[in-house]
Amino acid sequence: MNNWITISCNLNNLQLVRDFVTDFLSPYALSDTVLNQIKVAIDEITANVIIHSNKKDDNKFLKLTITPMQDCLLFEIADKGEPFDSKKYKKPDISNFIEQGKKGGVGLALVNLIMDKVEFTSENGSNFCRLAKKVETNSLSA
Amino acid sequence: MAMKITNHIKEKTLTLSLDGELDASSSVLLDEELSKPEIMLFSKILVDCENLNYISSAGLGVFISHLQRFEDAQIKLIFFNMQEKVKNVFEILGLDLLMTIVSTYDEALTVANE
Repeated sequence: MNNWITISCNLNNLQLVRDFVTDFLSPYALSDTVLNQIKVAIDEITANVIIHSNKKDDNKFLKLTITPMQDCLLFEIADKGEPFDSKKYKKPDISNFIEQGKKGGVGLALVNLIMDKVEFTSENGSNFCRLAKKVETNSLSA
Repeated sequence: MAMKITNHIKEKTLTLSLDGELDASSSVLLDEELSKPEIMLFSKILVDCENLNYISSAGLGVFISHLQRFEDAQIKLIFFNMQEKVKNVFEILGLDLLMTIVSTYDEALTVANE
């Protein structure tokens, strides 16, 4: 099985990405909760890249690569759209969001809480979001 | 798999059964459902999450965005039958403390009638 998937920037493809993550990680003995958390984090970044960086343009693409390491899983989401400026990111105040009836803005907070490392870089017109999730070594022995 | 929403109405209680996955694509459906003007006629909205297999921030955002409106109108919003992995996503953000999530339908009815 490939350790990567390329999709066009259409929100209908989020399901494909989640299915790929589930299939790729199925040999590892991850709990339902941890596997789901990883799916959520990848889904959030992918949705942001599709919506914000690439304006849901079906002619643009993003690539997700999963690299298993000894004690962690590495994920890289690459695209060529508008770079994300992580300096402008503010941690959301959810009570405030509820008062204001705000719909979006908690995705990246979820990613930061789920993943052990979250990094955004841009070089030569390509953007990379790299995520790391520590997992038990024995769950990766498969 | 898309999202399927089924309505069940009994007097002033609306039970919404969610079937499928709530992501940035499918959560639009849920938002449309909760935005219908007639929803304000109910005093209780019970959300059956037994077949809700997945939720991302887009799905959470839909509930977050309607919460205050329901509270102002004294409409109780109660989630029940939620799968552990889905509940975990609410918990990561502390939403389980800001929303009412109970185990069973009977419990949901009890809380709704308090």
